[in-house]
Amino acid sequence: MTGTPRLEMKNISKQYYGNRVLKGVSFSLGRGEVLSLVGENGAGKSTLMNILFGMPVIHATGGFEGEIYLDGEKADIKSPEEAMKLGIGMVHQEFMLLPGFSITENIKLNREITKDSLLSRFFGKPLKWLDMPAMKDDARVSMDAIGLGIDEMLPVKGLPVGHMQFVEIARELDKKNIRLLVLDEPTAVLTESDADKLLEAMKILTDKGISILFISHRLDEVMTASDKIVILRDGEQIAETLPSETSIERIAELMVGRKIESGEMKGRPPSELKDDYILQIRDLSVSMPGERVKGVNLDVKRGEILGIGGLAGQGKIGIANGIMGLFPSGGDVKKNGDPVMLNNTRGSLDNGMAFVSEDRRGTGLLLDDSIEFNIVATAIQVQCKFLTQGKISILDGKGMTEYASKMIRELDIRCTGPGQLTRRLSGGNQQKVCIARAITLEPNLLFVSEPTRGIDIGAKKLILDHLVKLNREEGLTIVMTSSELAELRSICDRIAIVYQGKLEGILLPTDSDRDFGLMMAGEYHKIHRKEAV
Amino acid sequence: MGNGLLNKVGIPRLIISLFLAFLVAAAFSFGLPMGQIFSAMLTRFGMNALLVLAMIPTIQAGAGPNFGLPFGIICGLVGATLAIELDLRGFTALFFAIGVSIPLGAAAGWLYGLLLNRVKGQEMTVGTYMGFSIVSVMCIFWLMAPYKSPEMIWPYGGDGLRVTVVLDGRMEQLLDRFLSFTFYGVRIPTGLLLVTALCCLLLWIFLRTRTGLAMSVVGSNPRFAEASGLSVNKYRMLASIISCAMGAAGIVIYSQSYGFIQLYQAPLYMALYSVSAILIGGASLQRATITQALIGTFLFNGLLVIALPVANVAMDSDISEIMRVIISNGIILYALTRKEVGGDAR
Amino acid sequence: MRLLQKNIVPIVFLVLCSIGFYYSGLSWMFFANDLMSRLARNSFLVISLIIPVLAGMGLNFGIVLGAMAGQFAAFITVVYNLTGITGFFLACIMSVPFAVLFGWLTGILFNKAKGKEMITGLILGFFANGLYQLVCLIFIGWIIPISNKALLLPSGIGFVNTLDLKIWQYAIDKFYVFRARSIDIPVLKYLNNINFPVLTLVIIALLCAAVYLLFRTKLGQDFRAVGQNRHIAEVAGIKVDRVRIIAVIFSTVLAAWGQLIFLQNIGNVQVYGSHVQVGTFAVAALLIGGASVSKATIGQAILGTVLFHALFIVSPLAGKNIMGSAQVGEYFRVFVAYGVIGIALALHAWQRLTKKE
Repeated sequence: MTGTPRLEMKNISKQYYGNRVLKGVSFSLGRGEVLSLVGENGAGKSTLMNILFGMPVIHATGGFEGEIYLDGEKADIKSPEEAMKLGIGMVHQEFMLLPGFSITENIKLNREITKDSLLSRFFGKPLKWLDMPAMKDDARVSMDAIGLGIDEMLPVKGLPVGHMQFVEIARELDKKNIRLLVLDEPTAVLTESDADKLLEAMKILTDKGISILFISHRLDEVMTASDKIVILRDGEQIAETLPSETSIERIAELMVGRKIESGEMKGRPPSELKDDYILQIRDLSVSMPGERVKGVNLDVKRGEILGIGGLAGQGKIGIANGIMGLFPSGGDVKKNGDPVMLNNTRGSLDNGMAFVSEDRRGTGLLLDDSIEFNIVATAIQVQCKFLTQGKISILDGKGMTEYASKMIRELDIRCTGPGQLTRRLSGGNQQKVCIARAITLEPNLLFVSEPTRGIDIGAKKLILDHLVKLNREEGLTIVMTSSELAELRSICDRIAIVYQGKLEGILLPTDSDRDFGLMMAGEYHKIHRKEAV
Repeated sequence: MGNGLLNKVGIPRLIISLFLAFLVAAAFSFGLPMGQIFSAMLTRFGMNALLVLAMIPTIQAGAGPNFGLPFGIICGLVGATLAIELDLRGFTALFFAIGVSIPLGAAAGWLYGLLLNRVKGQEMTVGTYMGFSIVSVMCIFWLMAPYKSPEMIWPYGGDGLRVTVVLDGRMEQLLDRFLSFTFYGVRIPTGLLLVTALCCLLLWIFLRTRTGLAMSVVGSNPRFAEASGLSVNKYRMLASIISCAMGAAGIVIYSQSYGFIQLYQAPLYMALYSVSAILIGGASLQRATITQALIGTFLFNGLLVIALPVANVAMDSDISEIMRVIISNGIILYALTRKEVGGDAR
Repeated sequence: MRLLQKNIVPIVFLVLCSIGFYYSGLSWMFFANDLMSRLARNSFLVISLIIPVLAGMGLNFGIVLGAMAGQFAAFITVVYNLTGITGFFLACIMSVPFAVLFGWLTGILFNKAKGKEMITGLILGFFANGLYQLVCLIFIGWIIPISNKALLLPSGIGFVNTLDLKIWQYAIDKFYVFRARSIDIPVLKYLNNINFPVLTLVIIALLCAAVYLLFRTKLGQDFRAVGQNRHIAEVAGIKVDRVRIIAVIFSTVLAAWGQLIFLQNIGNVQVYGSHVQVGTFAVAALLIGGASVSKATIGQAILGTVLFHALFIVSPLAGKNIMGSAQVGEYFRVFVAYGVIGIALALHAWQRLTKKE
């Protein structure tokens, strides 16, 4: 690569309220090059893109450290408008298209070509005529440039997903000054053939001199399309490499690898846990938006702590949600040999299963109610606990407060008392309330999703230790779903990895980083098939 | 510290309480008959209390204040007119009217509940206009229904029931006079207040039963409720049934205290007044307590009672009705434009 | 078949009106003339609802405030005795500052209650009516001195109930009246003997053209973008809050002029009543024409006005002839107005829910 780099990120760091999410990331990208950013969830990719695009959330939380250079000039990007003026375009993960407008109108949204009118002389720009023919021509040019041959006046509503993605790119391309395009997981919703077309379109763009920042977890695409690969992990830049000098396995390993002391791992070896299955799942499918499950077969051993891991959007969150009836599901689930009726939350709860949701504030808590009520609410409904005796039973306030106080002590919930509103608690303490609520049901199988997300280190350890304690002392079988591989490896006996809605495989905490990385990227079987041949 | 008190009491409640206190002082200084005024305040409080309490179930269940209360109110009117048609008097008339109104109101609430469950998020708008529609349909009913009682139909021929039916000699002020006594020149409508207290007690108990708690959970966070195995639709429906039944009984109590049964267009805005009252009492569109209902009923109606005589002295004009419109709608606007805290409609 | 399905509401009402007309026993000429004058005086108001619908704020029940602005301007012309067509156009000009102010305040309120604009508009209408009554009944003659005591109540404070508008009644309606007498062509001969208030119709046509052209400007495009998805519009850099307020101001000003056109035809203003049902009737008319909470066209506005007012005309007489009571007919048409709105709102809410799933 010769000449001034198109983009230089120097020592970019960012912290959110003391929590450091980016630690000195630096890389450079040349003119007409494709740089892929790879990493797990929480590695810092989104934050980096938000900084580059001047999103308000960055500046509202204390800005960032480090410098950004565009074509050699220092860039101070304080808003998305400024980013656009500097020629930075972004195709977000969720589509930003107005269904009632035509493709042309979407491409030209808020950048319409206008002609003077009688009134515009008095009232200014808003009353200028829209110059539709000129807009159509421009749209045609951008669409042809990336090979989208359809009619530019078609309404966006009803377009196939692949075409919509291309319209988004055409829109960015139409911003004539564009020099850097960020594509955030563009192939996540595309079929293979559409994804291939996208990669071809990227080539056309780079041939024009536009540089591309490509974020994806599809490692095969990353290998094919990139000129350079940067791997992020825990906010740090672990490696910068060229496709020719690396392999999918190596990337996977780097994405995941983390130093864990063997003493920290509490999981028990397979020999210690009998093949006695409390839950048997066959062909489970769950229609949870964003986390679809498409046929999972899994067995849960009685008394174990089973982990479910995988990248975001691959379906791991859907499993527990489906079994507990929160989203429409199908398949065969048996508990202790008896069939479990799906799509029936009450039934699952009556069957001795309890659930701590990943959506703590949305599903897990009654934010405007007291801690004590939150803890007992479900048990009151499902098991008629905490009610007075007699012909008309009402809430047993005293019993509720006593029990809640006990739970507060046991879980060390930091609060001003059982009557405090849960809204006021910190994330960690809110999570403890959720766990307390689940335990109050006295389940024999507990699903916990993202138990320590957004919680500080100290509280993390406490919660994980408490889960282990429940498992060892009460014999409670725990199925823990988490995006943080490290925490799964620290307390689980076995870990199942989900990729594209299916079970990719089951690993032991002690298995290699490389195996974990490959499974999470869905490359494990491909590699092993190659080896087998 | 002052800020804390302000937040706790709430700006609207504070303003209205101060305004009321001001008017009371003005009335006193104008030499108006305070005994009569306080009696009227207590009576209007008791008259309206049940109608305002009827807002609580739907608010707690997350369906907002029951703008469709007219559905229940017309059932109460049917019950009351039926009592007169059957030539009943006294407590028999009252108990009959209430006894008929409640099941009718419950049935109306069930129908309304079916609608409510299909329009989550827009209950207020839909409720208002459906309420208006049903009142208009009932106008046709009052016009055409085969009532024979001479007290209710027009004396010299002409179609249908009169607009206002006088309750003199049947159940006028029945509860008000029951066990009433005078205290320093203020007549206490004991029966009415006792009935109000009874309703509060029943509602309080209900809200603390397993079913009542479930209803509050559903309104507090529907997703939480579903994750606890509760059916959101079932409890919203129950809230609608209870609310409309309360509205039905409430209008009977209102009418007996007022001394007139008001038919045709009268119920159009009654829901709005009940909504305003409970909001003035400090409730929000998502959470309401019995105390708030009572405080709001007292403040809202007290204000209206005292405004008329004071205004008459001060400026010789009927400002009371205008004030009612401004205050009641003003408080609803205030509630509509506040940021919603927590909760969500899916 | 699809045409039938798409336009089911206006078709149902067409049938209803036909039945009503048949049973009313009215002569065609009487009916058609009444309908024409109603169409002329009400269409403007109905068309004023279109812009907020397309800008995503649903049915603007707050046009009542526009009507009030128009009425304030009318009062001024009465007090200062501004007559004739000049008086009328002066009233239109004077109503603009009032309407812009009211529209601006309404827009701010709508922005604070995003997602609940319709109920907010409805309640705002009632609230503003209270303030309006405060001004007209209490402030007039007291804080706002009026020299012409004949306009005031006996006590000297507050406007009388009805203010005569003979000073510019029919100012534009009777500017030029076209009346065909001897058309012999098959269908068109039904237009014989109908008075066409030409200037008024021209003004309405100009409005239609203006609205149509508005949506070919950048501002109109912004309205539509904001109406589809506020978030996407915002990310694209459109000042969403500002656009919404402008949309409401347009609607309020048009409603003010609409109310003035209405008043010049009626010839007097019920100070405390003329404006009250403006919102309900205009919204009902728009919906009957086939519009919905999220989509409205000029054609639907005009068609709806025709159908709604046709029903209005025939209901009392049809009621008398079918049910024996004119009152029934009157209550029936009120029920229709409220019912149509209630059902449209319910359908819209239900559709929104099923779309999310």
